[in-house]
Amino acid sequence: MKFTLSWLKDHLETDATLDQICERLTAIGLEVEDVDDKAAYKPFVIAKILTAEQHPEADRLRVLSVDAGPDVNGGKPLQIVCGAPNARAGLIGALARPGDYVPGLDVTLGVGKIRGVESHGMMCSEKELNMSDEHNGIIDLPENAPVGTSFAAYAGLDDPMIEINLTPNRPDCTSIYGIARDLAASGLGTLKVSSAPALKLEGETTVGLTIDLDDEKLCPGFGLRLVRGVKNGPSPAWMQTRLKAIGLRPINALVDITNYMTFDQGRPMHVFDAAKVKGDLTVRRAKEGETVLALDTREYKLGPNNVVIADENGVESIGGIMGGEHSGCDENTVDVLIESALWDPINIAKSGRTLGIITDARYRFERGVDPEYMVPGLDRTTQLVLDLCGGTPAKEKIVGYKGYEAKTVDFPFSEVKRLTGLEVSIDESREILTRLGFTVEGSGERVSVKIPSWRPDVDGKADLVEEVMRIHGVDNIKPEPLENLGTVNGKILTTLQIRTRTAKRALASRGMLEAVTWSFIPEDQAKLFGGGSPALKLANPIAADMSDMRPSLLPGLLTAAQRNADKGFGDVAIFEVSGTYENDTPEGQRRVAGGIRRGTASINGAGRMWSNATKGGGKPVDVYDAKADALAVIEACGLPMGNVQIEQGGPSWYHPGRSGTIKMGPKVILGTFGEFHPKTMAALDVSGALAGFEIYLDAMPEPKKKATRTKPGLDLSPFQVVKRDFAFVVGSQVEAGAIVKAATSADRKLITGVNVFDVFEGASLGEGKKSIAIEVLIQPVDKTLTDEDFEALTGKIVANVEKTTGGVLRA
Amino acid sequence: MTELETLKSALLAEIAGAGDEAAIEAVRVSALGKKGSVSELLKTLGSMTPEERQTRGAAINALKNEITDAITERRTVLKDAAIDARLKAETLDVSLPVRSSPAERGRIHPISQIIDEITAVFADMGFSIAEGPDVETDYYNFTALNFPEGHPAREMHDTFFFQADEKGERKVLRTHTSPVQVRTMEAQDPPIRIVIPGKTYRQDSDATHSPMFHQVEGLVIDKKSNVGNMRWVLEEFCKAFFEVPSVTMRFRPSFFPFTEPSFEVDIQCDRSGPIVKFGEGTDWMEILGCGMVHPNVLRSGGLDPDEYQGFAWGMGLDRIAMLKYGMPDLRDFFNADVRWMNHYGFRPLDMPTLFGGLSQ
Repeated sequence: MKFTLSWLKDHLETDATLDQICERLTAIGLEVEDVDDKAAYKPFVIAKILTAEQHPEADRLRVLSVDAGPDVNGGKPLQIVCGAPNARAGLIGALARPGDYVPGLDVTLGVGKIRGVESHGMMCSEKELNMSDEHNGIIDLPENAPVGTSFAAYAGLDDPMIEINLTPNRPDCTSIYGIARDLAASGLGTLKVSSAPALKLEGETTVGLTIDLDDEKLCPGFGLRLVRGVKNGPSPAWMQTRLKAIGLRPINALVDITNYMTFDQGRPMHVFDAAKVKGDLTVRRAKEGETVLALDTREYKLGPNNVVIADENGVESIGGIMGGEHSGCDENTVDVLIESALWDPINIAKSGRTLGIITDARYRFERGVDPEYMVPGLDRTTQLVLDLCGGTPAKEKIVGYKGYEAKTVDFPFSEVKRLTGLEVSIDESREILTRLGFTVEGSGERVSVKIPSWRPDVDGKADLVEEVMRIHGVDNIKPEPLENLGTVNGKILTTLQIRTRTAKRALASRGMLEAVTWSFIPEDQAKLFGGGSPALKLANPIAADMSDMRPSLLPGLLTAAQRNADKGFGDVAIFEVSGTYENDTPEGQRRVAGGIRRGTASINGAGRMWSNATKGGGKPVDVYDAKADALAVIEACGLPMGNVQIEQGGPSWYHPGRSGTIKMGPKVILGTFGEFHPKTMAALDVSGALAGFEIYLDAMPEPKKKATRTKPGLDLSPFQVVKRDFAFVVGSQVEAGAIVKAATSADRKLITGVNVFDVFEGASLGEGKKSIAIEVLIQPVDKTLTDEDFEALTGKIVANVEKTTGGVLRA
Repeated sequence: MTELETLKSALLAEIAGAGDEAAIEAVRVSALGKKGSVSELLKTLGSMTPEERQTRGAAINALKNEITDAITERRTVLKDAAIDARLKAETLDVSLPVRSSPAERGRIHPISQIIDEITAVFADMGFSIAEGPDVETDYYNFTALNFPEGHPAREMHDTFFFQADEKGERKVLRTHTSPVQVRTMEAQDPPIRIVIPGKTYRQDSDATHSPMFHQVEGLVIDKKSNVGNMRWVLEEFCKAFFEVPSVTMRFRPSFFPFTEPSFEVDIQCDRSGPIVKFGEGTDWMEILGCGMVHPNVLRSGGLDPDEYQGFAWGMGLDRIAMLKYGMPDLRDFFNADVRWMNHYGFRPLDMPTLFGGLSQ
């Protein structure tokens, strides 16, 4: 919302400076977004060309002698070289002198020499002064323009312009009058209230008018007045200057008046040329496919959700949004129909949005136009028409308007203190509300407040508190410490939040970089990872490849790794701990820690290294790197690792022979890990050594509640630990895990650990065989073991392994 | 020269000439061994007269001691030389590089770090952390937060929608973290002090807008918290978060559907340089929105607005991260470019705490 200072002062009697006004506007909630104090126009003076001679060296240039009054150059004429085609002796225009900044050129002038002739300034075009795009010639002022005075003052360019960023709840401040009312209420001046015009009405508005709508709130009132015998032409300079200052293009007096009313009073108006209206006017829903050529000369295709004003010709205007070209007013208009109507904010907003029309009328109607000003606005517009175009007004036609019933709020003044902490006296609160136009009925602490018709946003006590607070001054509210809870704050994070945090730090500590990738991924990727259900598909994605909520973190991470590889960073270890989406319920949003390693980015570092076993190049990452990352997350989250089992094979996107599933008990799946299926990689268009994992943090059971923080006692055996190695030859399908399990279970008391230290496959073992070597740690508890004891234990281990895996002790 | 002197100089020459421990041992055996030259002389002591023993005996003993000492001394020298030689042979080039520790190479994303910083500050003020789902119902995202029917935010241009279900209801990607306000009020009795960090989504994309971004929201509900308390909380937070001794904040009346009265808050800063500095300067920068929880929102949460009251605020997490740490473009947050993560990420052991400081 833009306005100028002088326009504001039409409605506000005040001595306040521009700065004070701007500061107050922001303080009361009308945030000043931009101020132009027009200082840029100050230097330019009105000057007259005395003579214009041909430049001796250039056909298109003239050498001017310019008089800029007694204060410039000691009253002596200036020599200026000018290329404008309209430069001639006698022209009065705007002069810029050396040292002046010319905004349209973004140049500070100096004394120039053009083709050998000195030039002491420049006669400006409108474009050069940023007034318009006009650049066919220099500014050509009327003969009576006062030479030597400020051009800005003469052209009305010295009027400071203020733009406020209006919040959507304040329709009352879409008018300059309303802004003045707010400022006056805040004590910055006095509101000037103009009296209603006394119109001498003659005859009737002869055009028939009906509202033909199934829902009366779509058009809760329509006023129409015929003014006969007007003379339409350009509007007066003062009006044009104001309209231009806020960025509007003057068209003709009748149209300019409607625009003026829109900003001055927040009352959008429309004018029809009565001669072009055929038959009666009807307010109705548009028919499907009906079209209208609007005033912006575009044709719009309408439907039943658009409310229009139509006659026998068809649609003449889109109600509350934009008029039609056909019945618009021009210089030939003699009889004019002035419309002042009310429209439904929601319908206007929808209609404007679907049609793609943004107008000052729509802006106001979708926020809510003062219903009680419909008729006074019609009268005031009529008066302006009479003032500027003459004519004879007829008696208006008012249809559908049922009057305004003020909302009443029961308001204890103590609410102000309760919600804001401010001490505002009852008298002051009363006065603030009254100045804003509220009617305060009753006396004492609890009153009844009637809401004025221009404040549809005010609904209850809290709204009234805001009114009192913002006018009294928000700066008066002092910071007050929040009540201390009187105790040390306990654990403030949930288990899942703690595990989320821990998982991130644990993975980063393994040399991985934390990424945050999009929650939405392409449909084909979602389907590849078990997602892509219709319930998780966006109806309006921002891009086609951001359409489906991700079922897994892996596609985003894999494609991110490839993007990095494409830039030359092929050894990448990245992870993300975030949401994936199984369905559209809150429970369907999982919390997952996922990560991938690419190339040689193992935990010890990527790339070639002199100290590596494989010095020629780093070892490519594989399923075991991913497994280690996955288990590290589980360990970091504090789960008892003894209860965690690894099963061969993972979901379809993994390499079936190089992936695993991590479980806790038969039901709980903690996660998966592995290298990727070649088809997955082809579908994602990724390549290279890749291994990844996902751990479902939300699947982890809550830790058992402990009765005591005390750790169980530690029983340290005094006897030496004994290590025994075994190598078993087993079928190549046998899992090492089974051998470890069988060996461990031989004696759960004595055997404290089993490590696999070698896996060997070779022709010497025979077809389909492999050897797995384990080291068994034996911790004697109450005595040193004898040879017989060892023999018995060894026998049991061998027997157990043989029984469960068919393995035989390697010879 | 006597016979003893001749022997002595011969032996001392042999000792001096011994090149290693084996050679010195051979000298020892030849001189002091069972049949060594000095040992043989000592054997003659028994057949000497007492007079002889006093002169020649003493000379032989002296010779023995002298040779023993010389051998010990030479042996020590040779031992040290051997150790020196070994050490020299074992010398390695310590300028060869070693692997950095994984914890040094890993990085925490700025969003996670900022959430930890915020958690540290608000934990001190008695808050806990609440979360909610990204896929929300229209009710929690709009209706319960007092967005009227027909509000522009409910329409296509801002909000991501899912397909309507059989009942015609369509879920949305939450446009703000505020739905968690009502979810929390439903689940928990006052007093409530929560902070809600999380992902939010809007149809927007440029250097400061991204279709996915992060917000952090706060909510206080009890029977007495007012705008003054809100000012205090927010000023204390900004001081602690931006790690400056003081901040000047400007509260401007504004509008949000879910608060009344509502404010936008500017923070005084210096924007003259490439990096925004807080606690100094004369510029204002908008940093957050806040207000007293709207009575209709309290009702949505099952609370009587005449009995309970409180305030809420919200701000862009990515934005305050950018302000504090200087990332120029929001879109880079979600690109997973390893160069960006390395540069703007945080080391995993740099954990924000109040006792150790929010940032290192």
